[in-house]
Amino acid sequence: MVVGTKESITLQPINWFLMSKKQNNIIPPLSYSVSKSYAPAPESSAHIHIEKEYGFFIDGNFSKSTSGKQFDSINPSSGDVIARFAHAQKADVDAAVSSAKEAYQRWSKLSGAQRGLYLFRIARIIQERSRELAIVECMDSGKTIRESRDVDLPLVAAHFFYYAGWADKLHYAFPGKKVSSLGVAAQIIPWNFPLLMAAWKIAPALAAGNTVVIKPAETTPLSIMFLAQIFQEAELPAGVVNIITGDGSTGELLVSHPDIQKLAFTGSTEVGKKIMRKLAGTSIPYTLELGGKGANIIFDDAAPDQAVEGIINAIFFNQGHVCCAGSRLLVQEGIAPTIIQKLRDRMETLIVGDPLDKNTDIGAINSKAQLDKINDHIKIGQSEGATLYQSSNPLPSRGFYCRPTLFTDVAQSHKITQDEIFGPVLTIQTFRTPDEAIEKANNTPYGLSGGVWTDKGAKIFKITSAIKAGVIWANTFNKFDPTSPFGGYKESGLGREGGVHGLSAYVKLS
Amino acid sequence: MTEQMNFNLIDCPPVDEVGVQERVARLGKRSIKKQVKEEWLKLAISMMDLTTLEGKDSEGKVIQLCRKAICPDPNHPEFPSVAAVCVYPPFVKLAKKHLQGSNVKVASVATAFPSGHAPLNHKIDEVRQCVDNGADEIDMVISRGAFLASEYYRVFDEIAQIKQACGDVHLKVILETGELGSLDQVRIASDLAISAGADFIKTSTGKVQPAATLPVTLVMLESIRDHYYKTGKKIGMKPAGGIRDSKTALHYLVVLAETLGDAWMTPDLFRFGASSLLNDVLMQLVKFEDGGWYQGIDYFTAD
Repeated sequence: MVVGTKESITLQPINWFLMSKKQNNIIPPLSYSVSKSYAPAPESSAHIHIEKEYGFFIDGNFSKSTSGKQFDSINPSSGDVIARFAHAQKADVDAAVSSAKEAYQRWSKLSGAQRGLYLFRIARIIQERSRELAIVECMDSGKTIRESRDVDLPLVAAHFFYYAGWADKLHYAFPGKKVSSLGVAAQIIPWNFPLLMAAWKIAPALAAGNTVVIKPAETTPLSIMFLAQIFQEAELPAGVVNIITGDGSTGELLVSHPDIQKLAFTGSTEVGKKIMRKLAGTSIPYTLELGGKGANIIFDDAAPDQAVEGIINAIFFNQGHVCCAGSRLLVQEGIAPTIIQKLRDRMETLIVGDPLDKNTDIGAINSKAQLDKINDHIKIGQSEGATLYQSSNPLPSRGFYCRPTLFTDVAQSHKITQDEIFGPVLTIQTFRTPDEAIEKANNTPYGLSGGVWTDKGAKIFKITSAIKAGVIWANTFNKFDPTSPFGGYKESGLGREGGVHGLSAYVKLS
Repeated sequence: MTEQMNFNLIDCPPVDEVGVQERVARLGKRSIKKQVKEEWLKLAISMMDLTTLEGKDSEGKVIQLCRKAICPDPNHPEFPSVAAVCVYPPFVKLAKKHLQGSNVKVASVATAFPSGHAPLNHKIDEVRQCVDNGADEIDMVISRGAFLASEYYRVFDEIAQIKQACGDVHLKVILETGELGSLDQVRIASDLAISAGADFIKTSTGKVQPAATLPVTLVMLESIRDHYYKTGKKIGMKPAGGIRDSKTALHYLVVLAETLGDAWMTPDLFRFGASSLLNDVLMQLVKFEDGGWYQGIDYFTAD
């Protein structure tokens, strides 16, 4: 008769952690074809009205470009043109800034409570129209409806609600100080979270009494035009928010405009550096939210299945187009085989495809140029000698798509471990001691995000204090809240957005 | 008995409750439509352990249930039979007789169900009697009192001895997760039951609230997956209690499909322990066949 004995529950070598190392080759891998065969469940976009051409939103009105220059915005899930947008030239930028400058005279003199009313109204209309906005966001950016519906739009509304609440309480936010606004805030936002980045920037600026000229990225100018409709619907005074579209040349005109009093930029480190050079020696305050190469550290005492889920969320959220993505996985050596095995199985269940399908986990890569950049890095990784693994998920025949990808056998000196790839590409390194994990995590020019996975609370405090990054998550990843400041160290940027810290970037204290 | 049968507490990985809840919430957003929905609903019927476990159970009630199990909807004889009928030990013989000629199995709860408070030799006798009377499957309960006192070896021994009494008959081990208090404990109990010889692990008796939940089911499926990675052996899963409608059943199947994959999408490795689920699934299926009209419960037999 077989019985468990008392001895069998005494300490033994931790063979659970070694199991896959021992048996990996003998046991057939699990197969997940069934989850690829879900019937299509597309969110309808038939009721969305998109114009053929869009101009600017200046002085409360939609206006045409003066030069007639235009560019196309592409739906990355198909490669088709969604609409044509005006390419702002000097005269257009001047018009937008002067509209903001004029509106500032009245807007900054409104009471905080009055400004708050407008912001609350905007937040409520965003909530009411959130499904429509989520669909538009998917169509222009390629992100999935699952994320735009459940993450982007709720956060967009939450940011307006949050800063609406501060508008009449500025003196409580900065006790003992006299708080005044800055003037015209120039804002340049990226293509990975078009509406959310607009909300991060516009809401605190308006709450503090500034007016805004904002430029969306040239691949995602559509959803902010819907936001402009909402500003009209909310009867936001004309000129308080002005929107101009265009590429880097438009951005440059805006940055160097003599009438701006504040600059906020989110985008690449390369452009961030250019802006810094341009503004050096001026009195214009600026905040820069730039790139990242976040380390996600998994200790062997972490809950393995939930850590795997966290790795998935850290790198494959928004196709990896996230500045705070956990793109470098650092996993303790003993559990690495187990984690990698589980990760591969989990990747098989990720559905890559139509962003508007409710079952899609990974949507389209934002642009052809970005897809080329990602594919270049995948090639570089292979030529550097790293081992490539991609899931077997089928890809749609049209549009820009990339399979979830991971690299093992990578070294700290590999380009794929150093460069921000900004796509669904994860590098996996191992470590043996906490010190080694901290050293590897900090050995990067960036310092935006990080993650720590362990079942021990004390370890969480020890490790997170040692990592040089603006935001560090413990046993979770990519969680955002308007009350929490966000921003980076080193080449990841300057200043903070969100929370009271985010508000302080838009006020003058005396 | 078979290869190494031991259980080491230190081998049980921790479980993060928040992470588990997020995962099931995400899986709950999967949209199952059209032909996949129809296929999965039929699969759900074939995975059902149609259950009656009342003090007032009568022979007539068991006979009715057997009929329903073989042919769930007389208007649609093409619908599959359920997997098994689940009854108390005194009804095993009767159920066996009335299921003859069909491939519906007889499952019997045993081991002083639902509390498990009885001397071990009584439990073993009860199991032997069920087996002798023709039960194909035994649903045993673990001694939660011993488990919560960390007397894991005692629980292990009980399961191993019951397994021996079962012989070739399939053993489902009920963890009664509603009494275990945390997902960490659910994971330990799952690993323990599997290592002691369970063919299936089952969430609940249905007599304690909460019964089956998706987070608990996910943790148990993860335990089964780790056992597979380790040994290549496939252990079955049975959520029981509280699964009353088609939509919930489909969520369970999504969690199953995306955790353990294709190989587990079969009645041999997954069961629903339920009594009222069947008619809801039938209503949904008939709605498909009848061109999308919602169905009334009066058109389905109450058994």
